[in-house]
Amino acid sequence: MSREKVIFAFFIVLALTLNFGFFIGQIDNPDHHNEYEFFAALVVSLIATVMKFGDRTHIGAVLLATSLVADLQLVAGAVVWGLAEHVFAGGMSPAVMASIVSLSGGALLANLTSVILLMVETVLIRR
Amino acid sequence: MNYFFLFTLFRRLRAPLISLIVVYSVSVLGFVLIPGVDDQGNPWRMDFFHAFYFVSFMGSTIGFGEIPYPFTDGQRMWTLVTIYATVITWLYGIGKMLALFQEPAFNRLMHRMRFRNGVERVEEPFYLVCGYGMTGSLVVGRLAKRGIRAVVVDIDRTRIDALQTDDLRYSPQGLCADAAKPDVLNDAGLQRSNCIGVLALTNRDEVNLAIAITSKLLAPGRPVVCRSESDVTTANLASFGTDHIIDPFVTYADYLALALASPYHHLVYDWLTNPTHRTLASAYQKTQGRWVICGYGRLGRALHRSLRHSAVNLTIIDDNPKPEGLEVEFVQGLGTEAVTLEEARIHDAVGLVAGTANDANNLSIVMTALELNPKLLTVVRQNLDSNAAVFAAAKPDLIMEPGRIIANNILSLIKSPLLSEFLEAMRSKDEVWAHTLVNRMSAVAGQRELDSWAFSVGEEETPALAEALNQGRCVKLNLFMKDPRSSRDQLPCFPLMLKRNGELKLLPGELTELQLGDQLLFCGLARARDRMNWTLVNSNVFSQVVGDPDARGGWLARRFRSWGF
Repeated sequence: MSREKVIFAFFIVLALTLNFGFFIGQIDNPDHHNEYEFFAALVVSLIATVMKFGDRTHIGAVLLATSLVADLQLVAGAVVWGLAEHVFAGGMSPAVMASIVSLSGGALLANLTSVILLMVETVLIRR
Repeated sequence: MNYFFLFTLFRRLRAPLISLIVVYSVSVLGFVLIPGVDDQGNPWRMDFFHAFYFVSFMGSTIGFGEIPYPFTDGQRMWTLVTIYATVITWLYGIGKMLALFQEPAFNRLMHRMRFRNGVERVEEPFYLVCGYGMTGSLVVGRLAKRGIRAVVVDIDRTRIDALQTDDLRYSPQGLCADAAKPDVLNDAGLQRSNCIGVLALTNRDEVNLAIAITSKLLAPGRPVVCRSESDVTTANLASFGTDHIIDPFVTYADYLALALASPYHHLVYDWLTNPTHRTLASAYQKTQGRWVICGYGRLGRALHRSLRHSAVNLTIIDDNPKPEGLEVEFVQGLGTEAVTLEEARIHDAVGLVAGTANDANNLSIVMTALELNPKLLTVVRQNLDSNAAVFAAAKPDLIMEPGRIIANNILSLIKSPLLSEFLEAMRSKDEVWAHTLVNRMSAVAGQRELDSWAFSVGEEETPALAEALNQGRCVKLNLFMKDPRSSRDQLPCFPLMLKRNGELKLLPGELTELQLGDQLLFCGLARARDRMNWTLVNSNVFSQVVGDPDARGGWLARRFRSWGF
């Protein structure tokens, strides 16, 4: 067991679980989607991306790509959130919430791919 | 390999990046959680947007003040903590990055990447030159003069620095690395389609061997020219099909043997291969008789072998005891003292070769010998390029520089394969023929450098000429010797050889009619080559030289003329 592998897997799985926690619930109901959870999901996703830097294998490259996709989706969600709350007059509305949650849904898929790849890699390792 | 660089960068920066993310997110979270008041005194909490905004400008120590409302003491306390945390993290991150850029290993990696990208951007045909010592720099410089690029690999940093500062017509690509490694050769463009040849010119035989075998395996069709300084290496190189193997000692021994046996053949050879050729007068020297060779090392042995069948007697001086089975006169000693030279009967010798591996000894031998016998023909071996001034001042008849010999040989190979065929075929001709040829060369070039070039008649190299031949026109050889700028003048050049269907015709007559597929070798001044190229390629210039007014101008102009304007 290597410590590095534990931390690596921890962050990748945590990115998925936090993302899932934010995503679950009625899509346009702001009460079902906690902003702290969204923040945590974004931060953990960024950390997971940096953890994936520097792996030269093919699977490492695909892992990095999925993480970048998740980051992109979550940052887009955060920007939409900020714009709705502070820039546009309308404030938070069910429509805006729905678009944020659907963006995080995309990130969820990317994170899921990431975890699946991680599992595949683990299974392929011969003991 | 290209991404390897980025991967290393990111891998090293992983810790600073993660700490930056963590510190930022904790700071932002703190500001979101700590209660504050707005300008009316109502309880107010910062949201993520404002918290991120505040942390961003605070972390970079710009500091716009307490935004959007003045902070409570709790918020100020947290600000204090975060100021130190973010500043330290930034310093840590930037320090890490700077340290990375200072690291020699990382620098090498970066140089390597830049080199590889540079080689990939080279679109013109280029030679891959391994070793930028005296030979390498001569070859690269002269290739540049002919407009051919080179990519250089050398293990010595200072030589690569010299390459960057040498005055070439383009900015050359150079890498400081071990050329014996296949990945270095690959990065230097060995497998690229525009690499036209590999020149292995390092001063170590085993490295040259490694380069030759690597290029023969990775790029089998690529011509390889390799320097070799021992018979074992030469045989080894030949065994796997190295295209040209140049042993400077054997080459020079043959060159000297030619000078002794047939001075005019030697002069023709010298004028065609050596840019600073010997004067015509040097052929009148007396060369037949007894020669004294100082040093029975690689050069001495090669000379002994080359001169064995000629009418020249040899006396060998060497520091070591007489080798077994050597049937010529032998004197033990260095040769730097008069006693040894007198023992070798220097008074009645015609020539002396100072061929030891030590430059100072060689000069001393020549000076001592000339004092004893001023009429002596002297040949001296110069090992180091930096000693050139001293050797020139000693005024020997011939200076043998291994580096220059290899460079001249390679250049004559690069000029045209026809040139070496010509030099080979020339041996069957007699001295009178060679004398006439040298006189003719002298009339064209004088003291300037005699260049040589070749072309084959066909669509690819000579489109204008091929077009005329396809139209059934009769084109004579002398056409190309006319100056396209003024048709009354002749270009300073003449044809050396015509190769037609594998048959060689030396010094073809100027009225010879050309056919498609003919290969021609010319010699003359470099500017004549450029002018001749003009006639060969540009059909307008061609018609001008032929004196055909109907064919002048572009398609439109011809159309207008045919309409009678």
